[in-house]
Order: sequence, then C-alpha cells, then structure tokens
Amino acid sequence: MLSSEIVGGTGLFSIAPLIIAFPILGLLINLIFGRRSNEKFVGIVASSAIGLAFVVAVAQFVALLGQPAGAAVHVADWITIGEFSVSWSLKVDTLSATMMLMVTGVSALIHIYAIGYMHDDVRFQGDPGRYTRFFVFFNLFVAAMMILVTADNFLMMFVGWEGVGLCSYLLIGFWYEKGADGIGNAVAGKKAFVTNRIGDFGFLIAMFLIFGAVGSLQFDEVFHWAHEHGLANEGVITAITLFLLLGATGKSAQIPLYVWLPDAMAGPTPVSALIHAATMVTAGVYMIARNQALFAVSEFSSSLVAIIGAATALFAATIAVAQFDIKKVLAYSTISQLGYMIAAVGIGAQVAGMFHLLTHAFFKALLFLSAGSVILGIEHGHHHVEHGSSGSAEAFDPNDMRNMGGLRSRMKTTFWVYLIGALALSGVPPFAGFFSKDEILTDAMQENMLVYILLAVAAFFTAFYMGRQILMVFFGKARSETAKHAPENPPIVTVPLILLALGAVIGGGLNFPGLHSLTNWLEHTLHVHVSEFNLQVSLISTCLVLLAIGLAWLLYGRKPMQEGQVDPLRRLLGPLFVGMENKWWVDEIYNAIIIRPYIALAAFLADVVDWRFWHDWFHDTILARSFRAGTHWLSSGFDAHVIDGAVNGLGSLTKEAAARLRLVQTGYVRNYALALFVGVLLILSYFLFV
Amino acid sequence: MNVPLNYLLVLSGVLFTIGVLGVLVRRNAIVIFMSIELMLNSANLALIAFARSFAPAAGALRGQVLVFFVIAVAAAEVAVGLALIVVIFRAKKSIDVDQVSSLKG
Amino acid sequence: MDVDLLLFIGIGLVAVISAISMLASRNAIYSALFLVINFITIATLFLLMNAAFIAMVQVTVYAGAIMVLFLFVIMLLGAERLKPTGSLPWQLPVAILLGAALIAEVVFALFHGASNAAQGLSENVAQGFGSPTSIGLILFDQYLIPFEITSILLLVGMVGAVVITRDRGKESR
Repeated sequence: MLSSEIVGGTGLFSIAPLIIAFPILGLLINLIFGRRSNEKFVGIVASSAIGLAFVVAVAQFVALLGQPAGAAVHVADWITIGEFSVSWSLKVDTLSATMMLMVTGVSALIHIYAIGYMHDDVRFQGDPGRYTRFFVFFNLFVAAMMILVTADNFLMMFVGWEGVGLCSYLLIGFWYEKGADGIGNAVAGKKAFVTNRIGDFGFLIAMFLIFGAVGSLQFDEVFHWAHEHGLANEGVITAITLFLLLGATGKSAQIPLYVWLPDAMAGPTPVSALIHAATMVTAGVYMIARNQALFAVSEFSSSLVAIIGAATALFAATIAVAQFDIKKVLAYSTISQLGYMIAAVGIGAQVAGMFHLLTHAFFKALLFLSAGSVILGIEHGHHHVEHGSSGSAEAFDPNDMRNMGGLRSRMKTTFWVYLIGALALSGVPPFAGFFSKDEILTDAMQENMLVYILLAVAAFFTAFYMGRQILMVFFGKARSETAKHAPENPPIVTVPLILLALGAVIGGGLNFPGLHSLTNWLEHTLHVHVSEFNLQVSLISTCLVLLAIGLAWLLYGRKPMQEGQVDPLRRLLGPLFVGMENKWWVDEIYNAIIIRPYIALAAFLADVVDWRFWHDWFHDTILARSFRAGTHWLSSGFDAHVIDGAVNGLGSLTKEAAARLRLVQTGYVRNYALALFVGVLLILSYFLFV
Repeated sequence: MNVPLNYLLVLSGVLFTIGVLGVLVRRNAIVIFMSIELMLNSANLALIAFARSFAPAAGALRGQVLVFFVIAVAAAEVAVGLALIVVIFRAKKSIDVDQVSSLKG
Repeated sequence: MDVDLLLFIGIGLVAVISAISMLASRNAIYSALFLVINFITIATLFLLMNAAFIAMVQVTVYAGAIMVLFLFVIMLLGAERLKPTGSLPWQLPVAILLGAALIAEVVFALFHGASNAAQGLSENVAQGFGSPTSIGLILFDQYLIPFEITSILLLVGMVGAVVITRDRGKESR
C-alpha cells in the first residue's frame, strides 16, 4: 500500500497548515475590524486570504512534484485516550492537492466577483453591515473546506464536513428576513442544515463502525486494515460504506437527500457558485474517492453508489427541463452532474470522477456567476424602469427566465461566457465537459451497462435544458420592459467570468486522452486505471448532444417565446411537463410522510407528554401535593403530636411525679422520724450482714 | 458486778428501742422529748458498762468522763428544747406534734 | 444463780417497765414520774458498775434538774390529754415492728460475734475507780478543753432558752 511511502512534512510541505490558517486569519481580521472599515478593505482582506491560501496550495503542488508520495504534516495532538489517538494532521498527497488547488483557485475568483456583486446587493437590499458578515462566513467556509480536504483522519474530516455544512446554512439564509412569508430564506437554510445532518449521522455511524473494527480513525491505518483484512470483514465494510454513502448523499445532494440544494438557491449567487456548485457538494465525491480502499472491498456498496449516482443524474435532469427560475435550472443541473461524479467513483473510475469534478467546478461556477450577472443586470433594469415610469406595483422576480429574452445584444460579455459554460456542460467537444463526461461514459459502458444507459439519457436531457435556457434568456425578443433596459456589469464582475471561461475551454487538457496527466498524477494516491479514448462512446454522446440542441432550437429558437406565452414543451408533454415542473412532488411526499408526522409527534410530546402530563399532572398533582401532604403530616402530625407530645409529656411527667412524690412530705414529724429509723435499721443490717 | 457485758448492752438496746418507740408513737411533744432523754440514758448505760468492762486498763475511765459530758450536753439540750416547745405552744396553742404540719406537701 | 445476776435482772426489769409505762401513760405528769424512776434505776446500775460519781451526777442533774424542768413545762403548758386522732393509724404497728427488728438485730449482733461475750465483768477493779477523785483528775487534765467548752455550751443553752422564749409582742412595740 502507498501508506508506507508517506513521510513526515518537511520543506514546502511544512507550510501546509497555512492553507487553513490564512482564511481563518482573514475572517478574524474582518470580524474585528470589518465594521469600522469600508467595503474595499473587507473585500481585499478576504480575497487576499484566499489568494495566499492558493499560493500555499501551489507550493504543495510543487513539493509533490518532487515527492509524489506525499507527506503527513502533524500540527497538534487532539485526543489521546489509551490506545486511541486522533491528531490534527494534514495529509498532503496528490488527491488532496488536487482539491486544494481547485477549491482555493475557484474560491479566490469568486471572492473577487463577490466584492462587486455584494456591493450591488447592498445598493438594492440595504444594510451595509451585511457586507462584512458575508465575507467572514465566506472565509470560514474556505477554512472548513480546507480542513475537510487536508484531513488525515476521519474525525478531522468530519470537523470540516460539519463546518462546511454550517457555513452553507449561514450563507443560504444570508438574507434572512427575505423569502416567502419573511422567513423563506431562513427556512431554506434550515432545510439544508437538517438534511445535511441526516447525512452526517450516516458519517458518524460509519466512523463508529470503523473505530470498532479497526481501532483507529486514521486514513492510512484504516486503508491498510482494509487491504489486509478486507475480505474477511466484508459485512462490516459493507455496513461502513453504506453509511458513508448516506453521508455522501447528504452532502453531495443525491437521492434521497438532494432536496435541499434547489432551495439553497435562495442564497446570494456567489454562495451558489462556490458552495453549491464547485466545492461543498463535491466533498461527498472526494470522500468516496478517498475511501476507495473500503469501497473496493464491498461490491454491493459500490454498485449501489453507482446506481444512485446514475439515477440521480437522470432524475434531476428531467426536472431541470421544466424549470423557469434561471438558478433552479442550474441547481438541478448540479445535482445531475454530481450524479455523474458519484456514479463514476461507484464504478471504480476514480480518475474520471475527479476529472469531471474539476471541469464541473469551472463551468458550473462560471454558469452560476454568469447567471448572477444576468440577474444583476435585470435588477438594474428593473430599477431603471421603476424610477423611469410611473412604477408598476406588481411582484417582479428577477430570476424568472420568462421575464428575460434578447439579452444577447445588451449583455455581450455575459452572453459569450454563458455560452461557453453551457457548451462545456453539455459535453460539446472540444470543451472541458466533453472529455470528462466521455471518460465516465467510457468506463460505465465497460463496467455497468445500466449505469451507462442512464447517464447517456441524462446527457441528452442536459444538452436540451441548457439549450432551452440559452435560447430563452439570450435569444429572441425581450419579454419585459426590464429586459429591454438590462445593462452589462462592470469588470469586477466580468473579469472572473472570463477567467473561468478560459478554464472551461482548456480544462479538457487536464486528462487529455493520450496524455493522461491526471491519471498519472492521482496514481500516487489511488488505484487507477487508464481509460483509453473510445471513439464509439464519444460519437454516440456527441450525436445525442447535437440531437438535443437541435430539438431545443426547434422548440425555442425557431419561434422564440413571446411575452406571456406558454412554454411549448407544456403542450407537447402535458402531464409529464407538470410533473417535471413540480419536481415530481418529492418535497410534498417527504413533507407528508416524514415531516408532518414528525412535527405531530413532537407537538404531542411537547404538549401532552411534557406539558400536560409531566408539568401539570405529575409535578402539580403528585410531587407538589405529596410534598404538601408530607410537610403537613410532618408539621401537624409528627411535630405537633410526637415532638410536642414528647416535650409536653416530659413536663407533665415531671409534674405528675412531683405531685406524687410531694405526698411523701406528710408534714408529720413522726413520719420523718420513722423514716430516719428505717434508715438506721437498714444501715445496721448492712453492717451486720454484709 | 459479775454480769456479762452483753446483758447490760442488751438492756441498753431495749431501753433505746423503747425510746425510739416513744418518739414514733406519742404525739405529745414533751413525752417525745422524754423519750429522747431515755435514749440518751441508754447510751450512757452502754458507755458505763464498757468503761467497767475495760476496768483495769488505763483509759477505762474515759467512758465515765464521756457520760459526764453527755449528761451536761443533755441538760443544755433540754433547756433549749423545752424553750422551743413553749414557743411552739404559744403559736399553735397545742403541744400535739401532728399540728405542726405546715410543711405538708 | 448469781446474786449479781439476779440483782441485775430485777433492776433491769424495773427500768424496762418504767420506761414502757412512761411510754404508755396518758398523763404527761405520770410519764415524767415514770421517767424519774427509770433514771434512778439507771443510776443504781451505774452504782453497781463502780461509777459512783456518775451515778450521783445522774440523780442530781437528770432526775433532779432535767425532770424538774420537764415538770415545770408540763405544768406550764397544761398537760391536757390529747384526743386520739386518726391521722397516722399505721404508725403504731409499724413502729412496734421496727422496734422488734431493732432488738433482734442488737441481740444478734451481741451474741453472734465474739466468744468471750458471755464472760462476766472482771473482778479486779482499782480502788478509786469511778470515784470523784479519779474522774476529776482526768477531767481537769486530759479533758480540760472539752470541760471548758461544755461550760460555754451550758451558757449558750441558757441564753438561748431565754432568747427563744422571750415575749416578742413587747419588743416590737
């Protein structure tokens, strides 16, 4: 196993802990000084912190070039109880370095984007104090993600796991007073947290099982154990991996715990881009990839992982087809693409999965940020319209694609980068998505036919809904006054977009067929196999994609949608469309089956059991009354009768005795003399006879 | 006289007992007093008997000397006692000792 | 039977009977006179036991002075016969019982113990045993201090008697 080649951290490896320290430092500075400084200061501090973290990540990359086996950097001891010890240690190897680079790089770009985006947010939503809070949370998220990625053991990874979940909650509910009924965003944040928690529960159980079976939580030791004793303990390992899978479905939004991610779009766009596209949601994929040693032992778990991933990919894609919110389409798209990645690591194609993870990070972040740019433009336009005309008082949703249209001419840069992102996502060669998706499909065709079919159909849908989106938003005529006046955004918003677009274009080079750079890179950490370029698979997928784009153009391009017009797909598919639009009523089913009974049970326990039974009846009736009875008995029964009786009795006894003894004093001298005489006789007898 | 000492002592004891009986039984204060004198006398008798029994010895006469003192003290005691009885008579108008029972409990 | 013994028994009887009579008599004067007889018998016994001086002192002081005093007081207070009351009816039986007990114990004590108890008093007695001379010699020699204190005692008794019987009615005015 490779663990024997890992050595301690020296040289460049020793600065690895800074990758966590810099974001923490950034957030502390903003926390303490942020209120008193201006937006620029806060933004620069936060972005610089991430930038420095990126530099550290590059340094690790360089160090790994010289020492590909990696290193373990011990920072501090954490728990030491008997033979169980867990420490804060960083595991710097090719897999974690990949994640480090991607996360810090994309985060840095999104931080810069957020400086401009949140400024406008302040302009439109008020309250400048939020600006600082946003960046504090953002930095905290990166710090937690770094802990997760660089963890040397399950427990430390869990700390990061929980940390990113917390930051997700904080950032989704960032505009906490907005949303449906004034608490909609907060509810969305809560939903994300609770759903994630169910996954975390799985992760915890898996940790307990691992500790029970192995006696240690350190990755190297666990994987070594799996390698040695895996076949003998297949049952335990299956249980462990199933629970780990539960954790992954929570964090990476797979069936059945994906329901939080669409609602998470209530958060600001940079949040959606960073957390719910590029980084947090990939934590599940990373975790399964890291635990390859365990999943390789259990056939059942691996197959289940693959099936769940593939099924999610298709399921989410069908929902995305019928969504009208620009960000919801992208959210379901994210779930679908995550399904691809999960399926990949499920069928043993870890490299393909990681490859897709990287490319997806680029183009999904790009898409989200561009969508944010579009939304900003629409909001500007709305502002312009509101102030210009008499002002229509109807509710205006800036995210609704039906209010857009024809933005190609007005927001040129945004349009081009969005197009690049969409093409990359659809898997059109030579963009990045094509190579990564095809590698997954190739491996799927060889390993599991069912998975391949599901993923291929999902690819068709992916291309279709992206085409639909592009055509609805940017082509045709503007469907509302606002869209007519939407302006392009300033460079601070558009420059990060361009940079990401570059990544989407050339990202394929990461694991270009023939070069297999990523495969070789990851070989030092995982068991990998080279996935050769399969012309058949690529041709099939390209045909599917072109077919889908053509279909989209037929429906939305040839006769662009007019204002107030019903979506043409609704007429075509009828009830299917209704199902897709309503997310197949999954949320409603969960609500009915799980949430409502739970709330009813909680209400019952709280009102009836706790309040009426425990407080009212038990406490008042039994405790209070018995206490009162007890004290009453003690005071009037016991105290009055027994104690007073004893004391009074003593007194009356004395009186009685005195009254009796008093009578001895007869007053007669003769009696006294008699007594004397008796005494004399007694003494005399004593002397005589004793 | 050639009488065993014990006989004399028995006589002394009997006289003493009769004196005690007198104190216990009679209610007349003066008679009680006389009984007390009887008791003293019986003691004197015993003392003289003992003095006689130790006759040739050196300090035998001490018994008689002691009797002398006893008689003297008895005299003083009678004087005072009778004075008391007179006073009590003045208060109670009676010499019945049973009348002097104010300390009755 | 020894003459001495007979004599002793006779005198003893007289003493005991006179004592009992003194006890039983209802009239206080009679009690006093019986007591005088008793004293004289005791004095006789003293005489028989070579205590001549003491016998005379007995007759002089006891029978002569003390009993006279008694008679004076009896006459002063009017020796009325006391009405028998029923206050302590049980006192008499109990007293007799206890008296019997005492006699029994005395007899027991005397005749249970030493073996030479039944011996008679020895015959050889000094010539002047019990004479005033010999008593006086000891009295003023060894027992001088008690003698003097006795005189003080008599004085105190005298004064005391006067003080006690003094008429307080006149003084308070």
